[in-house]
Amino acid sequence: MDMQVTFLDRLFDSGLLIDTGVEGLYARSGTFEDVITGFERLIDKFSGETGAEVIRFPPGMNRSYFEGSGYMKNFPQLAGTVHCFCGDDLAHADLIQCMAAGEDWTGGQKASDIVLTPAACYPLYPIVAKRGNLQAGGGLFNIQSYCFRHEPSMDPARMQLFRMREFVRMGKPADVMAFRQEWMEKGKELMAQVALPVDIDVANDPFFGRAGRLMKNNQRDQNLKFELLIPITSVSKPTACMSFNYHQDHFGKTWDLKTVDGETAHTACVGFGLERIALALFHHHGLDPKLWPREVRDALFG
Amino acid sequence: MKDKIRELLGKLGGLPVAVDTLADSADLYAAGLSSFASVQLMLGIEDAFDIEFPDHLLNRKSFASIDAIAETVSAIVEGREAA
Repeated sequence: MDMQVTFLDRLFDSGLLIDTGVEGLYARSGTFEDVITGFERLIDKFSGETGAEVIRFPPGMNRSYFEGSGYMKNFPQLAGTVHCFCGDDLAHADLIQCMAAGEDWTGGQKASDIVLTPAACYPLYPIVAKRGNLQAGGGLFNIQSYCFRHEPSMDPARMQLFRMREFVRMGKPADVMAFRQEWMEKGKELMAQVALPVDIDVANDPFFGRAGRLMKNNQRDQNLKFELLIPITSVSKPTACMSFNYHQDHFGKTWDLKTVDGETAHTACVGFGLERIALALFHHHGLDPKLWPREVRDALFG
Repeated sequence: MKDKIRELLGKLGGLPVAVDTLADSADLYAAGLSSFASVQLMLGIEDAFDIEFPDHLLNRKSFASIDAIAETVSAIVEGREAA
Protein backbone atom coordinates (compact mmCIF):
# COMPACT_ATOMS: atom_id res chain seq x y z
CA MET A 1 0.00 0.00 0.00
CA ASP A 2 2.82 2.38 0.90
CA MET A 3 4.36 1.84 -2.49
CA GLN A 4 0.98 2.64 -4.09
CA VAL A 5 0.59 5.86 -2.10
CA THR A 6 4.17 6.88 -2.81
CA PHE A 7 3.76 6.38 -6.55
CA LEU A 8 0.43 8.22 -6.52
CA ASP A 9 2.02 11.12 -4.61
CA ARG A 10 4.85 11.27 -7.13
CA LEU A 11 2.32 11.31 -9.99
CA PHE A 12 0.45 14.19 -8.31
CA ASP A 13 3.68 16.06 -7.48
CA SER A 14 4.89 15.78 -11.06
CA GLY A 15 1.50 16.94 -12.38
CA LEU A 16 1.05 13.83 -14.55
CA LEU A 17 -2.18 13.07 -12.68
CA ILE A 18 -4.31 15.72 -11.01
CA ASP A 19 -6.19 14.96 -7.81
CA THR A 20 -9.97 15.51 -7.89
CA GLY A 21 -10.63 14.60 -4.28
CA VAL A 22 -12.07 11.19 -5.21
CA GLU A 23 -9.94 8.03 -5.12
CA GLY A 24 -9.52 6.63 -8.60
CA LEU A 25 -10.86 9.74 -10.37
CA TYR A 26 -8.02 11.77 -11.83
CA ALA A 27 -7.41 14.36 -14.50
CA ARG A 28 -4.47 13.70 -16.84
CA SER A 29 -1.75 16.13 -17.95
CA GLY A 30 -0.76 16.76 -21.56
CA THR A 31 2.37 14.66 -21.05
CA PHE A 32 0.32 11.74 -19.71
CA GLU A 33 -2.02 11.98 -22.72
CA ASP A 34 0.92 12.13 -25.16
CA VAL A 35 2.07 8.76 -23.81
CA ILE A 36 -1.40 7.25 -24.26
CA THR A 37 -1.63 8.67 -27.79
CA GLY A 38 1.82 7.30 -28.59
CA PHE A 39 0.96 3.86 -27.26
CA GLU A 40 -2.32 3.72 -29.17
CA ARG A 41 -0.43 4.61 -32.35
CA LEU A 42 2.05 1.83 -31.57
CA ILE A 43 -0.84 -0.63 -31.11
CA ASP A 44 -2.18 0.31 -34.54
CA LYS A 45 1.21 0.08 -36.20
CA PHE A 46 2.06 -3.21 -34.53
CA SER A 47 -1.27 -5.01 -34.55
CA GLY A 48 -1.52 -5.93 -38.21
CA GLU A 49 -5.31 -5.90 -37.68
CA THR A 50 -5.69 -3.58 -40.65
CA GLY A 51 -9.11 -4.88 -41.68
CA ALA A 52 -10.66 -4.13 -38.30
CA GLU A 53 -13.68 -1.83 -38.17
CA VAL A 54 -12.79 1.15 -35.97
CA ILE A 55 -15.43 2.21 -33.40
CA ARG A 56 -15.00 4.70 -30.55
CA PHE A 57 -17.64 4.64 -27.83
CA PRO A 58 -18.73 7.35 -25.40
CA PRO A 59 -18.36 6.40 -21.71
CA GLY A 60 -22.06 5.50 -21.40
CA MET A 61 -24.09 2.71 -22.98
CA ASN A 62 -27.76 1.91 -23.62
CA ARG A 63 -29.24 0.72 -20.31
CA SER A 64 -31.31 -1.99 -22.02
CA TYR A 65 -28.12 -3.41 -23.62
CA PHE A 66 -26.47 -3.31 -20.21
CA GLU A 67 -29.41 -5.16 -18.64
CA GLY A 68 -29.39 -7.75 -21.42
CA SER A 69 -25.65 -8.34 -21.03
CA GLY A 70 -26.09 -10.02 -17.64
CA TYR A 71 -23.47 -7.73 -16.08
CA MET A 72 -25.54 -7.33 -12.89
CA LYS A 73 -25.61 -11.11 -12.40
CA ASN A 74 -21.85 -11.19 -12.15
CA PHE A 75 -20.46 -7.78 -11.18
CA PRO A 76 -23.18 -5.75 -9.41
CA GLN A 77 -20.53 -4.26 -7.10
CA LEU A 78 -18.69 -2.57 -9.99
CA ALA A 79 -21.53 -1.07 -12.02
CA GLY A 80 -22.41 2.62 -12.20
CA THR A 81 -25.76 3.90 -13.43
CA VAL A 82 -26.69 7.42 -14.52
CA HIS A 83 -29.61 8.86 -12.54
CA CYS A 84 -31.21 12.24 -13.29
CA PHE A 85 -33.65 14.73 -11.84
CA CYS A 86 -37.06 14.32 -13.52
CA GLY A 87 -39.30 16.15 -11.05
CA ASP A 88 -41.47 19.29 -11.03
CA ASP A 89 -40.97 22.69 -9.37
CA LEU A 90 -41.92 21.36 -5.95
CA ALA A 91 -39.50 18.45 -6.20
CA HIS A 92 -36.82 20.89 -7.34
CA ALA A 93 -37.41 23.10 -4.29
CA ASP A 94 -37.09 20.00 -2.05
CA LEU A 95 -33.88 19.01 -3.76
CA ILE A 96 -32.30 22.45 -3.32
CA GLN A 97 -33.37 22.50 0.32
CA CYS A 98 -31.88 19.06 1.00
CA MET A 99 -28.63 20.01 -0.72
CA ALA A 100 -28.36 23.27 1.23
CA ALA A 101 -28.98 21.42 4.49
CA GLY A 102 -26.36 18.79 3.63
CA GLU A 103 -29.00 16.04 3.55
CA ASP A 104 -29.34 13.26 0.99
CA TRP A 105 -30.73 14.95 -2.13
CA THR A 106 -30.34 11.92 -4.42
CA GLY A 107 -33.38 9.88 -3.31
CA GLY A 108 -35.65 11.30 -5.99
CA GLN A 109 -33.18 10.85 -8.86
CA LYS A 110 -34.55 8.54 -11.56
CA ALA A 111 -32.61 6.02 -13.63
CA SER A 112 -31.90 7.37 -17.11
CA ASP A 113 -31.50 5.27 -20.25
CA ILE A 114 -27.72 5.41 -19.84
CA VAL A 115 -25.39 3.23 -17.80
CA LEU A 116 -21.64 3.82 -17.50
CA THR A 117 -19.82 1.39 -19.79
CA PRO A 118 -18.15 -1.33 -17.70
CA ALA A 119 -15.92 -2.74 -20.48
CA ALA A 120 -15.28 -1.39 -23.97
CA CYS A 121 -16.79 -4.38 -25.79
CA TYR A 122 -20.11 -4.55 -23.89
CA PRO A 123 -21.89 -2.06 -26.20
CA LEU A 124 -20.39 -3.72 -29.29
CA TYR A 125 -22.09 -7.14 -29.33
CA PRO A 126 -25.74 -5.98 -29.51
CA ILE A 127 -24.84 -3.36 -32.14
CA VAL A 128 -23.17 -5.96 -34.35
CA ALA A 129 -25.92 -8.56 -33.75
CA LYS A 130 -28.53 -6.05 -34.98
CA ARG A 131 -26.80 -5.88 -38.35
CA GLY A 132 -27.64 -9.55 -39.03
CA ASN A 133 -25.37 -12.56 -39.54
CA LEU A 134 -21.62 -11.92 -39.61
CA GLN A 135 -19.97 -11.98 -43.01
CA ALA A 136 -17.84 -14.89 -44.18
CA GLY A 137 -14.65 -14.90 -42.12
CA GLY A 138 -16.41 -13.36 -39.11
CA GLY A 139 -15.94 -9.91 -37.60
CA LEU A 140 -12.95 -7.95 -36.35
CA PHE A 141 -13.27 -4.67 -34.45
CA ASN A 142 -10.86 -2.04 -33.14
CA ILE A 143 -12.65 -0.29 -30.28
CA GLN A 144 -11.98 2.08 -27.42
CA SER A 145 -14.05 3.46 -24.59
CA TYR A 146 -13.76 5.16 -21.26
CA CYS A 147 -14.98 2.56 -18.74
CA PHE A 148 -16.27 2.85 -15.19
CA ARG A 149 -15.79 0.45 -12.29
CA HIS A 150 -16.82 1.34 -8.77
CA GLU A 151 -13.73 0.34 -6.85
CA PRO A 152 -12.25 3.37 -5.06
CA SER A 153 -8.58 2.76 -4.33
CA MET A 154 -5.35 4.57 -3.51
CA ASP A 155 -3.64 2.38 -6.09
CA PRO A 156 -3.18 4.66 -9.12
CA ALA A 157 -3.36 1.54 -11.31
CA ARG A 158 -6.94 0.93 -10.12
CA MET A 159 -8.86 3.92 -11.42
CA GLN A 160 -12.63 4.19 -11.42
CA LEU A 161 -12.73 5.86 -14.85
CA PHE A 162 -10.16 4.71 -17.37
CA ARG A 163 -9.76 3.89 -21.06
CA MET A 164 -9.82 0.41 -22.46
CA ARG A 165 -8.62 -0.28 -25.98
CA GLU A 166 -9.68 -3.60 -27.50
CA PHE A 167 -9.60 -5.80 -30.53
CA VAL A 168 -12.68 -8.03 -30.68
CA ARG A 169 -12.98 -11.09 -32.90
CA MET A 170 -16.29 -12.79 -33.68
CA GLY A 171 -16.85 -15.94 -35.71
CA LYS A 172 -16.15 -19.67 -35.67
CA PRO A 173 -14.58 -21.12 -32.50
CA ALA A 174 -11.29 -22.10 -34.17
CA ASP A 175 -10.78 -18.62 -35.70
CA VAL A 176 -11.62 -16.85 -32.48
CA MET A 177 -9.32 -19.05 -30.38
CA ALA A 178 -6.47 -18.64 -32.89
CA PHE A 179 -6.91 -14.85 -32.70
CA ARG A 180 -6.57 -14.91 -28.92
CA GLN A 181 -3.57 -17.23 -29.04
CA GLU A 182 -1.76 -15.00 -31.56
CA TRP A 183 -2.38 -11.93 -29.43
CA MET A 184 -0.84 -13.54 -26.35
CA GLU A 185 2.41 -13.70 -28.32
CA LYS A 186 1.93 -10.30 -29.94
CA GLY A 187 1.23 -8.69 -26.56
CA LYS A 188 4.62 -9.80 -25.27
CA GLU A 189 6.38 -8.54 -28.42
CA LEU A 190 4.56 -5.22 -28.21
CA MET A 191 5.61 -4.63 -24.60
CA ALA A 192 9.19 -5.59 -25.48
CA GLN A 193 9.23 -2.64 -27.92
CA VAL A 194 8.72 -0.28 -24.99
CA ALA A 195 11.06 -2.23 -22.69
CA LEU A 196 8.47 -3.34 -20.14
CA PRO A 197 8.95 -6.61 -18.23
CA VAL A 198 5.92 -8.87 -18.60
CA ASP A 199 4.50 -12.14 -17.43
CA ILE A 200 1.40 -13.88 -18.74
CA ASP A 201 -0.79 -15.86 -16.38
CA VAL A 202 -4.23 -17.44 -16.23
CA ALA A 203 -6.75 -15.16 -14.51
CA ASN A 204 -10.37 -14.68 -13.55
CA ASP A 205 -12.82 -11.80 -13.52
CA PRO A 206 -13.96 -10.37 -10.14
CA PHE A 207 -17.29 -12.23 -10.05
CA PHE A 208 -19.47 -11.21 -7.09
CA GLY A 209 -20.28 -13.28 -4.03
CA ARG A 210 -20.30 -17.04 -3.38
CA ALA A 211 -21.84 -17.85 -6.73
CA GLY A 212 -18.99 -15.80 -8.14
CA ARG A 213 -16.49 -18.18 -6.55
CA LEU A 214 -17.84 -20.95 -8.75
CA MET A 215 -17.71 -18.67 -11.81
CA LYS A 216 -14.09 -17.71 -11.03
CA ASN A 217 -13.05 -21.34 -10.67
CA ASN A 218 -14.90 -22.33 -13.85
CA GLN A 219 -13.20 -19.52 -15.77
CA ARG A 220 -9.76 -20.58 -14.55
CA ASP A 221 -10.36 -24.31 -15.08
CA GLN A 222 -11.25 -23.62 -18.70
CA ASN A 223 -8.38 -21.14 -19.33
CA LEU A 224 -10.87 -18.56 -20.57
CA LYS A 225 -8.92 -15.54 -19.34
CA PHE A 226 -5.23 -14.70 -19.41
CA GLU A 227 -3.61 -11.48 -18.29
CA LEU A 228 -0.36 -9.79 -19.23
CA LEU A 229 1.08 -8.57 -15.96
CA ILE A 230 3.58 -5.78 -15.34
CA PRO A 231 4.85 -4.74 -11.90
CA ILE A 232 3.75 -1.15 -11.19
CA THR A 233 2.97 -0.57 -7.53
CA SER A 234 3.91 -4.07 -6.35
CA VAL A 235 6.39 -6.70 -7.48
CA SER A 236 4.55 -9.55 -5.75
CA LYS A 237 1.20 -8.48 -7.18
CA PRO A 238 1.90 -7.16 -10.68
CA THR A 239 -0.84 -5.23 -12.50
CA ALA A 240 -2.88 -6.66 -15.38
CA CYS A 241 -2.17 -4.32 -18.31
CA MET A 242 -3.66 -6.51 -21.04
CA SER A 243 -6.20 -9.32 -20.97
CA PHE A 244 -6.97 -12.08 -23.46
CA ASN A 245 -10.50 -13.35 -23.10
CA TYR A 246 -12.35 -16.19 -24.80
CA HIS A 247 -16.09 -15.86 -24.13
CA GLN A 248 -17.04 -19.11 -25.91
CA ASP A 249 -20.64 -18.63 -27.13
CA HIS A 250 -21.68 -16.48 -24.14
CA PHE A 251 -22.18 -13.21 -26.03
CA GLY A 252 -23.25 -15.07 -29.17
CA LYS A 253 -26.12 -16.68 -27.26
CA THR A 254 -26.91 -13.56 -25.24
CA TRP A 255 -27.31 -11.38 -28.36
CA ASP A 256 -28.26 -14.02 -30.94
CA LEU A 257 -25.09 -13.22 -32.83
CA LYS A 258 -24.64 -15.64 -35.76
CA THR A 259 -21.91 -16.61 -38.18
CA VAL A 260 -22.50 -16.47 -41.92
CA ASP A 261 -23.76 -20.08 -41.72
CA GLY A 262 -26.30 -19.23 -39.03
CA GLU A 263 -24.32 -20.91 -36.22
CA THR A 264 -24.06 -19.13 -32.85
CA ALA A 265 -20.92 -17.00 -33.05
CA HIS A 266 -18.06 -17.38 -30.60
CA THR A 267 -16.21 -14.24 -29.46
CA ALA A 268 -12.88 -13.24 -27.97
CA CYS A 269 -11.37 -9.91 -27.04
CA VAL A 270 -7.93 -8.56 -26.32
CA GLY A 271 -7.93 -5.54 -24.05
CA PHE A 272 -5.32 -2.90 -23.26
CA GLY A 273 -5.65 -0.91 -20.02
CA LEU A 274 -4.28 2.34 -21.45
CA GLU A 275 -3.79 4.23 -18.19
CA ARG A 276 -2.16 1.18 -16.62
CA ILE A 277 0.28 0.87 -19.51
CA ALA A 278 1.11 4.58 -19.25
CA LEU A 279 1.66 4.15 -15.49
CA ALA A 280 3.89 1.12 -16.16
CA LEU A 281 5.97 3.26 -18.54
CA PHE A 282 6.29 6.08 -15.98
CA HIS A 283 7.14 3.61 -13.23
CA HIS A 284 9.82 1.76 -15.20
CA HIS A 285 11.35 4.59 -17.25
CA GLY A 286 10.83 7.62 -15.01
CA LEU A 287 8.33 10.46 -14.78
CA ASP A 288 9.82 12.50 -17.64
CA PRO A 289 9.32 10.88 -21.08
CA LYS A 290 12.05 13.10 -22.53
CA LEU A 291 14.53 11.07 -20.48
CA TRP A 292 13.21 7.64 -21.50
CA PRO A 293 15.50 5.21 -23.36
CA ARG A 294 15.84 6.06 -27.03
CA GLU A 295 14.26 2.81 -28.28
CA VAL A 296 11.20 3.43 -26.10
CA ARG A 297 10.88 7.02 -27.31
CA ASP A 298 11.29 5.90 -30.92
CA ALA A 299 8.60 3.24 -30.51
CA LEU A 300 6.13 5.68 -28.95
CA PHE A 301 6.93 9.01 -30.52
CA GLY A 302 9.05 8.19 -33.58
CA MET B 1 -30.80 -38.08 -3.61
CA LYS B 2 -30.01 -38.57 -7.28
CA ASP B 3 -33.72 -38.23 -8.15
CA LYS B 4 -33.77 -34.84 -6.44
CA ILE B 5 -30.56 -33.82 -8.21
CA ARG B 6 -32.09 -34.89 -11.55
CA GLU B 7 -35.20 -32.86 -10.81
CA LEU B 8 -33.13 -29.75 -10.01
CA LEU B 9 -30.94 -30.31 -13.05
CA GLY B 10 -34.04 -30.46 -15.23
CA LYS B 11 -35.41 -27.27 -13.72
CA LEU B 12 -32.23 -25.18 -13.46
CA GLY B 13 -29.68 -26.75 -15.80
CA GLY B 14 -30.97 -25.23 -19.02
CA LEU B 15 -29.86 -28.37 -20.87
CA PRO B 16 -30.84 -28.79 -24.52
CA VAL B 17 -31.52 -32.52 -23.83
CA ALA B 18 -33.98 -34.23 -21.47
CA VAL B 19 -32.35 -35.15 -18.16
CA ASP B 20 -33.85 -38.71 -18.46
CA THR B 21 -31.58 -39.36 -21.42
CA LEU B 22 -28.44 -38.75 -19.33
CA ALA B 23 -26.66 -41.47 -17.37
CA ASP B 24 -25.59 -40.67 -13.81
CA SER B 25 -22.02 -40.62 -15.05
CA ALA B 26 -22.68 -38.46 -18.14
CA ASP B 27 -20.53 -35.32 -18.56
CA LEU B 28 -22.95 -32.48 -17.86
CA TYR B 29 -20.73 -29.85 -19.50
CA ALA B 30 -20.65 -31.91 -22.69
CA ALA B 31 -24.46 -32.12 -22.40
CA GLY B 32 -24.63 -28.31 -22.42
CA LEU B 33 -24.46 -27.17 -18.78
CA SER B 34 -23.22 -23.56 -18.89
CA SER B 35 -21.31 -21.74 -16.15
CA PHE B 36 -24.38 -19.59 -15.46
CA ALA B 37 -26.61 -22.64 -15.18
CA SER B 38 -24.14 -24.39 -12.87
CA VAL B 39 -24.40 -21.42 -10.51
CA GLN B 40 -28.22 -21.69 -10.51
CA LEU B 41 -27.93 -25.44 -9.93
CA MET B 42 -25.47 -24.90 -7.07
CA LEU B 43 -27.85 -22.45 -5.34
CA GLY B 44 -30.82 -24.82 -5.93
CA ILE B 45 -28.95 -27.78 -4.44
CA GLU B 46 -27.88 -25.76 -1.40
CA ASP B 47 -31.50 -24.80 -0.83
CA ALA B 48 -32.93 -28.29 -1.40
CA PHE B 49 -30.44 -30.12 0.82
CA ASP B 50 -29.97 -27.30 3.32
CA ILE B 51 -26.22 -27.29 2.87
CA GLU B 52 -23.53 -24.80 1.94
CA PHE B 53 -20.74 -25.71 -0.46
CA PRO B 54 -17.36 -24.89 1.06
CA ASP B 55 -15.26 -22.66 -1.19
CA HIS B 56 -12.86 -25.41 -2.23
CA LEU B 57 -15.74 -27.48 -3.65
CA LEU B 58 -17.10 -24.58 -5.70
CA ASN B 59 -15.45 -25.82 -8.86
CA ARG B 60 -16.18 -27.39 -12.18
CA LYS B 61 -15.45 -30.92 -10.97
CA SER B 62 -18.19 -30.84 -8.31
CA PHE B 63 -20.86 -30.36 -10.99
CA ALA B 64 -19.34 -32.52 -13.74
CA SER B 65 -21.96 -35.31 -13.52
CA ILE B 66 -24.95 -36.43 -11.47
CA ASP B 67 -22.61 -38.90 -9.73
CA ALA B 68 -20.15 -36.11 -8.94
CA ILE B 69 -22.86 -33.84 -7.53
CA ALA B 70 -24.25 -36.69 -5.39
CA GLU B 71 -20.77 -37.50 -4.08
CA THR B 72 -20.11 -33.85 -3.23
CA VAL B 73 -23.49 -33.39 -1.52
CA SER B 74 -23.03 -36.63 0.46
CA ALA B 75 -19.60 -35.54 1.61
CA ILE B 76 -20.98 -32.20 2.83
CA VAL B 77 -24.06 -33.77 4.49
CA GLU B 78 -21.96 -36.37 6.28
CA GLY B 79 -19.63 -33.70 7.53
CA ARG B 80 -16.69 -35.10 5.65
CA GLU B 81 -16.28 -31.65 4.12
CA ALA B 82 -16.47 -28.87 6.64
CA ALA B 83 -17.81 -25.58 5.30
